[in-house]
Amino acid sequence: MRTVPLLADLVPGQSATIASLAADSGLGQRLAALGLRPGQRVELLRRASWGGPLHLRVGMTELMLRRRDAARVGITALGGAA
Amino acid sequence: MSHCQSPIWSAPAGQATVAVLGMPNTGKSTFFSQLTGSHAHIGNWPGLTVDLLQADLDLEGRPAQLVDLPGIYDLRGHSEDEAVVRRFLESTPIDLVVVILNASQIDRQLRLALQVRQLGLPALLLLNMADEARRFGVVIDAEHLGAELGLPVLLVSAKYRRGLAQARQAMVRQLGGASGPAAPGVAAPPAAIPLLEPLLEAGEPELPGRMAALLAAAVSLPPQWRDRLTRRLDGLLLHPWLGLPLFFLAMALMFQVIYAIGVPLQEALGALLDAFGKGVLTPLLSGLPPFLKGFLLDGLYQGLGTVTAFLPVIFLFFLAMGVVEDSGYLSRAAYLMDAFMERLGLDGRSFVLALMGFGCNVPAILGTRVMRSSGLRLLSMLIIPFSLCSARLNVFLFMAAAFFPARQGGLVIFGLYLMSFAAAIVTALLFKGRFNSSEPLVLELPPYRFPTLRQMLNRAWAEVRHFWFWARRFIVFGVVAVWLLNNLPLGVAPASDASLSGQLGELLQPLLGPIGINPKLTVALVFGFIAKEIVLGGLAVIYGQADPAALGRAVAADVSWTQAVSFMLFTLLYTPCLSTVAVIRSESKRLGFTVFSVVWSFLLAWLVSFGFFQGASLLQQLGVLG
Repeated sequence: MRTVPLLADLVPGQSATIASLAADSGLGQRLAALGLRPGQRVELLRRASWGGPLHLRVGMTELMLRRRDAARVGITALGGAA
Repeated sequence: MSHCQSPIWSAPAGQATVAVLGMPNTGKSTFFSQLTGSHAHIGNWPGLTVDLLQADLDLEGRPAQLVDLPGIYDLRGHSEDEAVVRRFLESTPIDLVVVILNASQIDRQLRLALQVRQLGLPALLLLNMADEARRFGVVIDAEHLGAELGLPVLLVSAKYRRGLAQARQAMVRQLGGASGPAAPGVAAPPAAIPLLEPLLEAGEPELPGRMAALLAAAVSLPPQWRDRLTRRLDGLLLHPWLGLPLFFLAMALMFQVIYAIGVPLQEALGALLDAFGKGVLTPLLSGLPPFLKGFLLDGLYQGLGTVTAFLPVIFLFFLAMGVVEDSGYLSRAAYLMDAFMERLGLDGRSFVLALMGFGCNVPAILGTRVMRSSGLRLLSMLIIPFSLCSARLNVFLFMAAAFFPARQGGLVIFGLYLMSFAAAIVTALLFKGRFNSSEPLVLELPPYRFPTLRQMLNRAWAEVRHFWFWARRFIVFGVVAVWLLNNLPLGVAPASDASLSGQLGELLQPLLGPIGINPKLTVALVFGFIAKEIVLGGLAVIYGQADPAALGRAVAADVSWTQAVSFMLFTLLYTPCLSTVAVIRSESKRLGFTVFSVVWSFLLAWLVSFGFFQGASLLQQLGVLG
């Protein structure tokens, strides 16, 4: 079985394109409103310690997102630092 | 979602209703207050469970009322604020919607403007923080965008008051000029839209395409993020292991500065008020009957004066909190604390709200509205009342100064802050199982900003006015009541065992004796249930001293330092005030939860005070403690 790369797998400095959102409609809408939608380029800036949230940049917006929730976002095309 | 039938509301004849709509963190409130000045008031809207800020405005002769709607991301969203906005639009005929977006984030925020277009509402689009967008390299052709969207688009910077006059002009034009609709009988009056969802749902599929086309036509985004300042600061302040220590260091420094400046001011003001009472008021009122004179001077003036002396500290506190919030550091606190809060069954937002609670618990509890999961909301509401609010700070500053030398006093205050955190943590750990939540957390981290001095001063001033407004009401009531209890039945020695307050104190001794609270302190605590602002005013009346220094000596002569600390611990932990209870009731919509919250805080307060007082007494008997 092939596993899809997830947003939670990125390492700081890496960027990728969002492929899918496996979120319920509430979270999906919130993510979309903040710019996290399929086709968008996203960059991981850093991870908080102790299993804390991720610090992301999408377009002109910076966000924090819990790892648990980032594991519901599928990505394609892992890339180097933007 | 239920659509309860709410009465259709309409503005008085000729008055236009203008709704201000925007996403969170777009400077919407700044725009609102810059445009309306200080004339805003809380309005009650039919069909809505929440109060909205509104203000009357004269738009070149056309009277209008401006309504500040809660910040929302999506008209179709599921949060409570989003439901509030929908209900408002469905029940209120609106003449104009002013949509405010953050210009530098137009790449995603344009969506909200398009949704408003789908509803067919008359609208005006303001792209705020235009200065910041320019700095970040976002170039927007407002005219072109306006033509494509079919509504006026203006670049403004509300914080620096740029473009406000033009925004006002555009509002006048959109409302059909000074005289209202050109031909009154002909132009249809605005109607409310009965149901938003079908319109929004129909428009959803074409939204992404429309957005992309508009952005391509009128906006040029920088290829690279240009905000080097934010990038560098975040590298340090969000550092995986330096971030949290730096945050706590910053907070500790902030409090140090507040006390270093605030406490001398408070002492000077207290002495001044006391001198005014003794030198001016006492001779002035000397002709009055002793009972009435005592009531006015020893009751009202002393009570109000004692609390007034603490206003400078409160002003400084709100000033500092405002700077932390508006600089963008507060959202970083949510990021830094989320991992810890997650283990308590809470999240980074709960931490930020608890921190806001250090100013006042009431708005912090209202702030839990951003949470969707009821478990998370209730658990947050359960811990926020343990935040040491400014009203309690009054009491502690006073007691610490009365019982301890300056250096130790600072440590006592610091210890109370730690206790405040500990109580919240213990409470969350004990009850997180009963208030489950798996709510996802996604929050914006805005770029760092320098708040303007004017904005900060205005804000702190507004907070102090608000505090004073509440405090005055409660204090006048509380102080009058305490004074009457002390001096009734007629002819008793004030506050003696024979007075009503003495009897009340004796009655509660079996409960409060074991924690070191004597009958006089009991009366202050009983009234402190209404509001902590009364505690100090009440003590002033009970001990008959207005000047905090003199009052401190009087209290210190009556109770031991262990009793004083026990009193402070109890004051910290039991129900903050009736307003907090009321807002927990209205926000949770559960009586059982409200009762539980009150009972738990009493129980915890009693247990902690009991543990401290008995433990300290034992150590004193053993000679270990002085």
